[in-house]
Amino acid sequence: MDILHILLTDSFWAAALRIATPLIFGVLGALICEKAGVLNLGIEGIFAAGAMAGWMAVWLGAGLWGGLLVAAIVGGGFGLMHAILTVPLGLSQHVSGLGITMFATSLSYFIYRTALPQVTSPPRITPFQPLDIPILSDLPFLGPVLFQQTAMTWLALFMVALVWWVLNRTPLGMALRAVGDNPDAVDAQGLSVYGLRMGAIVAGSALMALGGAFLTMSAFDAFFFGMVNGRGWICIALVIFASWRPGKALLGALLFGAFDAFQVRLQTEVGAFVPSQVFLMAPYVLSLVALVIVARRAEYPAALLQPWFKGQR
Amino acid sequence: MIRFEPRETPSRALTLGVPVASALIALLLAAIPLAFAGANILEAYGQMAKGIFGSTFAFTEMLTRATPLIFTGLAATLAFRARLWNIGAEGQFYLGAMAAVTVGTGLIDAPGIILIPIILLTGAAAGAAGMAGPAYLKTRFGADEVVTTLLLNFIILIFLQMMLEGPLKDPMGMGWPQSEPILDAGMLPQLLPRMRIHAGLIIALIAAVIAQIMLSKTVWGFKLRAVGENAAAALHAGIGVKRTLMGAAVVSGALAGLAGVSEVAGLKGYLTADLSPGFGYTGIVVAMLAGLSPIGVVISAVFIASVFVGADSMSRAMGVSSYLADLVVALSLICVLIGGFTARYRILIVRKGAA
Amino acid sequence: MTNHLVLSLNNLSKRFGTIVANDAVSIELHRGEVLSLLGENGAGKTTLMNMLFGHYLPDSGTVDVADEAGVMWPLTLGHPQAALAAGIGMVHQHFTLAANLSALDNILLGSESLLSWRQNRHAARAKILGIMDRSGLTAPLDERVGNLSVGERQRVEILKALYHDVRILVLDEPTAVLTPQEADTLFENIGAMTKDGLSVIFISHKLREVLAFSNRIAVLRHGKKVGEIATDTADETAIARLMVGADTPAVPRPAMQPGAPVLALSGVTVKSDNARNSLRAVDLVVHGHEVVGIAGVSGNGQSALAALISGLATPDQGEMSVDGIQITRFNPQNLLKVGIGRIPEDRHHDGVIGAMSVSENLIVERLSDPDIQKNGFLRRDAIRAHAAQLCQDYDIRGPGPEAKARLLSGGNIQKLILARVFECSPRLILANQPTRGLDLGAASEVGRRLLEARHRGAGVLLISEDLDEVLALSDRIIVIHDGQLIEADTKDRAAIGLMMAGENA
Repeated sequence: MDILHILLTDSFWAAALRIATPLIFGVLGALICEKAGVLNLGIEGIFAAGAMAGWMAVWLGAGLWGGLLVAAIVGGGFGLMHAILTVPLGLSQHVSGLGITMFATSLSYFIYRTALPQVTSPPRITPFQPLDIPILSDLPFLGPVLFQQTAMTWLALFMVALVWWVLNRTPLGMALRAVGDNPDAVDAQGLSVYGLRMGAIVAGSALMALGGAFLTMSAFDAFFFGMVNGRGWICIALVIFASWRPGKALLGALLFGAFDAFQVRLQTEVGAFVPSQVFLMAPYVLSLVALVIVARRAEYPAALLQPWFKGQR
Repeated sequence: MIRFEPRETPSRALTLGVPVASALIALLLAAIPLAFAGANILEAYGQMAKGIFGSTFAFTEMLTRATPLIFTGLAATLAFRARLWNIGAEGQFYLGAMAAVTVGTGLIDAPGIILIPIILLTGAAAGAAGMAGPAYLKTRFGADEVVTTLLLNFIILIFLQMMLEGPLKDPMGMGWPQSEPILDAGMLPQLLPRMRIHAGLIIALIAAVIAQIMLSKTVWGFKLRAVGENAAAALHAGIGVKRTLMGAAVVSGALAGLAGVSEVAGLKGYLTADLSPGFGYTGIVVAMLAGLSPIGVVISAVFIASVFVGADSMSRAMGVSSYLADLVVALSLICVLIGGFTARYRILIVRKGAA
Repeated sequence: MTNHLVLSLNNLSKRFGTIVANDAVSIELHRGEVLSLLGENGAGKTTLMNMLFGHYLPDSGTVDVADEAGVMWPLTLGHPQAALAAGIGMVHQHFTLAANLSALDNILLGSESLLSWRQNRHAARAKILGIMDRSGLTAPLDERVGNLSVGERQRVEILKALYHDVRILVLDEPTAVLTPQEADTLFENIGAMTKDGLSVIFISHKLREVLAFSNRIAVLRHGKKVGEIATDTADETAIARLMVGADTPAVPRPAMQPGAPVLALSGVTVKSDNARNSLRAVDLVVHGHEVVGIAGVSGNGQSALAALISGLATPDQGEMSVDGIQITRFNPQNLLKVGIGRIPEDRHHDGVIGAMSVSENLIVERLSDPDIQKNGFLRRDAIRAHAAQLCQDYDIRGPGPEAKARLLSGGNIQKLILARVFECSPRLILANQPTRGLDLGAASEVGRRLLEARHRGAGVLLISEDLDEVLALSDRIIVIHDGQLIEADTKDRAAIGLMMAGENA
């Protein structure tokens, strides 16, 4: 078998980066929420909503960047719902998140089905095209891997840097990290615990929605039911794997992308002997194993899942 | 400024009234998407009611739909009472169904009185194993059970597809990925002639009563509640927390597995990969709507089943997307969450600054 | 020193329901002055400060604060930001620091605009170093707060307040977590700062340090100011009487001959991730008819000792025996079975299950008892009768035995735990901070019950940060420091204080 050969091809690494892109958005979004102390299990539904809303906006003529904006706003809207339920009301973050996932998913499906009743083949849009950068794109290996990705991949990579900078170098980042560790510390300095947490959830959810939008606006050109397929949950696992660090989150998403791309290629090599489902299952199993391995060492944000009420010390 | 003040003891009327009100509000909110879809709202609600109460058949269909939801609702209830977030009832459902077709399609040839209990037990055991795994990973390695059970749902579903294209595939199935039918002796008896309603409902009701007794009257239930409410104090008081969690996990998984058995051996007769339209996830809504009370689960499962069956028949009659039902179910979960909050807290509007 | 007025609380009153927390309290504070606010738990000190900080809105009364020029302005009440802006800072008993940030970032928190694109760490560091220089307070600025000692964290808290240019600093029970020697250093630092013009309100219930350190003492009792004295004219017994209302009756403690050893630890080592919470080759014997007091500053291994005896930790080395029988299985069930009763440190978190009823909480440690259950089914009637009996015997007051335990007051929760523990007639009682946060009545009840158990023949292991309590109740005192136990052959406060700081007297 040519396993080594697979790993050396540029198309393999290009695919790995492409598969990783929506996960990068998702992991960053979940990371921001959790850093501020709130688990956002709405992610799976927000992916679906972002995918549907972004696609539909483009289909209605908003343009690709307009579509992204719509997706982010819709994601932020669902995030705001989760924020209201979990922050000032302090309700169960688990149940609220699952509720948001069910609500966002069913609403997206309902709207899609209502707007496009019983079409035989789903309508298509013109998605983001690979950014062909002169000279750089022609570099051997690196050119095809890096410089033929769509603008959304670049946006995702930029977001990694941006989130890292905000969390580590700005007063806002300090306040966000503090509110996920000891909300009383933030409150004592006259900063708003509610404001910081709710803001983080809205921003994080907007990022998640961009991850969803990537599916319909860059990876594919149409919306399908069930297309999110657990990517949101994988992001939740990856955040723990990444110890809530943006750099490690990027690494985790890339490893996952590489593994996924690898299994697809391996399947063509040995598919005759092994059922295809073994390969389909592999990414989920990998996430599970990675989670179990890091679980003991994981340093959860100290105030994660803990509601905080003003005036109650 | 709005301020929340905890009520010392929520009144009984509120504890009972809130879920009912939440369900009704969720139903009323469905008018918005209905209007968006351009349907005549009153007619739509009428069609829904007709779809549930219009005939004996319609009503038994609703109860048939409620049967797996009682099982998965109980699964979520028992796990959540122990603060064990079993989001994997969907996967455990399929494990139970797979076990049922493994032993029920000819492996064991015995009269119904023997075969049916065997099918039920293997299905329950398979579901139990499906939740014992994540519970073990949680108590042994500290792996978050939310994520592990969610991921397992996908793994189990793909595994099922593999089985249905492999060892479990029906050679007479014209190439479709489906299992062989369960032997006639292994099928749960029908309750009414010419209706699909089956003995799974009876088993579900018995399970609900047993769960209620276990939870409120036994030491086992006491420990489970203690661990769920305050694991640190329970541990301090000498309750084996890990053991209790494993116990809750096994029972929860077994109930979810029984849901799968009941669907495959009570209703469909054979297994396909689309046997469950999300019964596992919907079970969470059922449990929350029931306020995590086993007897309440029966009532809320009937409500949720009514929404599905009613919306199905309404959407067939009026051409509105049947995703409306999922929307109402999601809305009821959110409404009951908010409703539960108002039962526990008084909402006061106070002059700014006063605290 | 110009000692013009900087703060004046005028007739502040606050009631919660029928309870009057503060009744027309007036207090004045001058520039460069240390004012002690002295009072028992529940005397109204915290409520008063919460009104100053805008956390509570007073029912009546006003507050005036001086600006930098010394002109008095009325303070907008009910707004925490207003207090911060007026230059009032507070160091809470429970530190408000984020453990995952560095000391520097904690100090900077909230001082810069959240919209700014980067922190100005350089300028901030220079300013903090300047403050450290003048005050003598030091802390490692780049270390994560989670890795700092309690004393260092407290200094970070004070630096944080000073960084925000406070002119008035409120210290809430600052020495509770310090050794007497660390406390002395803190007082020296504060002395240096008051010379710079800082005014300090010092909340305490420890008479000794109040007398040593402040210029003036205001005494609160039952929400009222009952006296105000300049320290140099103060008479210790007179203040104590003001504070408590009457002479506290000494706990009667008849001498007793210690019995056979109940608990014996030999060479026990418990390791933990946190070095400050481990035991190092510890020997300890508690006899029947004996109260052994463990004195020490928190974070010197008390939690490890308590966890070991509760069955929550397993020794890495060494042996433990109860009544001469060696313990092999370390879990709470087994240690309960051999006769160890536990009064946990955090009674709300580890002692009761708040969402379950009082009667359920009373049986939680004896679920296998045939009086409580039969064939795995709970005997509801027996449980109810049992609860009614214990509520009466131990005077547990609240909405009734079927009400949720969280509705009980702290003192009644402790009585519930006492009832549960004493009912089983344990051989050894582990009492970990048993009176923390209780009012005088409830606290003396706890002391009485512990001595009663001693009389009955049980051994009592009392772990407390309150040296006065240890001195009052114990037959023998053992000092815990840095995971090691040292027998104190004395009841002399100063000598024990030195041992608590790790210096063998």
